[in-house]
Amino acid sequence: MKFRIVMTATLLGLAAATFAHAADEPQVVRQEMMKKIGGATGAMAKMVKGETPYDQAAAIAALQTIADTITLFPEQFPEGSETGMESEAAPAIWTNKADFEAKAMKLHADAEAAIAANPADVDALKAVFGPLTQNCGSCHETYRLKKG
Amino acid sequence: MRALLKILVALAVIAGAAFWFLTEPQPVEFSRVQQLITMRSDAARGEQVFWAGGCASCHAAAGAEGDARLVLSGGVRLKSDFGTFVAPNISPDPVAGIGNWTIAEFANAMLAGVAPDGGHYYPSFPYGSYSRMSDADIADLYAFLNTLPPSGVASAPHELAFPFSVRRLVGGWKLLYFNAAPRVTLASADAVLARGQYLVEGPGHCGECHTPRDLIGGFRSGEWLAGAPNPEGEGIIPNITPGGSDISGWSAGDIATYLETGFTPDFDTVGGSMVEVVRNLAHLPASDREAIAAYLKAIPARPNGYSAAN
Repeated sequence: MKFRIVMTATLLGLAAATFAHAADEPQVVRQEMMKKIGGATGAMAKMVKGETPYDQAAAIAALQTIADTITLFPEQFPEGSETGMESEAAPAIWTNKADFEAKAMKLHADAEAAIAANPADVDALKAVFGPLTQNCGSCHETYRLKKG
Repeated sequence: MRALLKILVALAVIAGAAFWFLTEPQPVEFSRVQQLITMRSDAARGEQVFWAGGCASCHAAAGAEGDARLVLSGGVRLKSDFGTFVAPNISPDPVAGIGNWTIAEFANAMLAGVAPDGGHYYPSFPYGSYSRMSDADIADLYAFLNTLPPSGVASAPHELAFPFSVRRLVGGWKLLYFNAAPRVTLASADAVLARGQYLVEGPGHCGECHTPRDLIGGFRSGEWLAGAPNPEGEGIIPNITPGGSDISGWSAGDIATYLETGFTPDFDTVGGSMVEVVRNLAHLPASDREAIAAYLKAIPARPNGYSAAN
């Protein structure tokens, strides 16, 4: 009986450890980061499209999320994390790391510039939103694969 | 013995003659060429055709941005199972480009896959789709291309291994797969759907990547736009029919927005070669993107044309 309890506890502990481990994998961390950036972009896109009213504080917060998240993003591609966990990272990231990092820093700089512009209304946000989101495609074009 | 040899030689000659006859490049019908020659063209309208056709994606230099995408010096390399195809210079330069082409030569290239020297083009140049284009679009595109800046960059040859290096064999491919028939029959005669069908099946040449191919590069039948392994390497090209899991949950509005901005409904963004396609389609009127979306919602649902391993 005692043995069973110990075994069950051990297995549960192992399962929990595996779970925690999976969440720490760079493949998962970087996917979460991209989702965070996507969420921030979506919040601004809704304002740009007029689906939600313009909220300056929320727009600045979204820009800050993008600026902060993308800074840490290029660190999430260590050797050995090329595949797995449904990673859609393209091999070019590892063969062309300097350019990949430069593209991330370009998004960071554009997000910071948008914050500095302090968009007061939706038209001011539109003016920075277009150039900012050009970064998504220009990086994904080379560094992201679509997986089935 | 000698009689047998004679028979074999005779059979070989007949087979050779049949091959030569059947793989003969067939240019556009003369009556259609006559019509094109006498047509009025509109270069401004041709620019819309240019963006719908995605010409710059292959014929502008790799990595070109902004106005540089209008310099059609060629050079983009398309990897495939048959070797690497290198897009040629189609700028109006009279020597390096196509500045000396007549509209008849242009129509033969676009609609029949036949070069000015009478030979076949490889279907990496998507005339298998462009064959569905209207006379007006061909004439207007011809006029627009002639307004673009010339480039003196020489076209590079394709890098193909034998037997794919034998152009005449493309005649066999054409016999099997090349026509101008609609890819799907739509139940409705709605004008928006018809426009979408024209754009997707014709100039947009969406099926060239989104439809899975057989061993010799023809579309697998009954799998129109069902998605395919990425011909250029790892990953997949999504299933864009209402079946599968890639975009079946998207509304027509979601599709139209994606084609304009690159954003998916959950604010993920477009990647790979589709980035260029969105850059091109963003130049079209919203009604054209809406027509493409309506067509994609109306075509038969198919299971994914790629396997989960891709």
